[in-house]
Amino acid sequence: MSGFLADLVGLWTLVKPVLGIALCVLGTVLALIGTAGVLRFPDFYTRLHAASVTDTSAATAILLGMAFLAPSWLVFAKLVMIWVFLFLTGPTAAHAVGNAAHMAGLQPWTRQTADIDPAHALAEDQGGRPQS
Amino acid sequence: MSGWLAACAVGMTIAMALMLLRGLMGPTLYDRVLAVNSFGTKTVLLLGLLGFVMGRPDWLDIALLYALINFVSTIAILKFFRYRSFQVSLTLPTPNPVHDFDDETPG
Repeated sequence: MSGFLADLVGLWTLVKPVLGIALCVLGTVLALIGTAGVLRFPDFYTRLHAASVTDTSAATAILLGMAFLAPSWLVFAKLVMIWVFLFLTGPTAAHAVGNAAHMAGLQPWTRQTADIDPAHALAEDQGGRPQS
Repeated sequence: MSGWLAACAVGMTIAMALMLLRGLMGPTLYDRVLAVNSFGTKTVLLLGLLGFVMGRPDWLDIALLYALINFVSTIAILKFFRYRSFQVSLTLPTPNPVHDFDDETPG
């Protein structure tokens, strides 16, 4: 029984760095996907959605991966603090930006507003409307 | 092991550069604020990754401080562009917030 437990602990020490690096890579890929969304989406609200969702999930994945790689409990505690803070403030900041834009009267992009408002002229590149 | 983390740091730097591009060409003010906020979050993650790459996880202290400053600065920028002043209470109602969301079209 104790031999089995020792095998389990040995397996865990083997798996832990691989898991940590895989989570870090996953978080980086999420950040790149979110950036692509922010660059290509047609208006502010869709960009806000892409940025806030992927920022929170990328931070969670990367910080969890670094927690698997952490050499000491102090580093682990710091990672947990950063994660809690990012998890609280990321959606809060996204809500504040979206609320400020909505309060200022920024209209969301639709197919009707795409060719009326010159601020949404970028939307024509996204296949929303055929070029005339 | 460190090579994979360095690749992650390079990918995060590319994401930050593209986000900066959105911040420079964003058509409205709020696109710029969003890009700067997202840039700051990615900076926090990049600091942590670089600390692990260089074997000095003490950089996480700097990352935590950067996360704090990033949030406060985002709220401060939004407050300034709504009221054109930092001297306004956010909890009390104020008579006339400023409404101009489009910082490039005149009028």
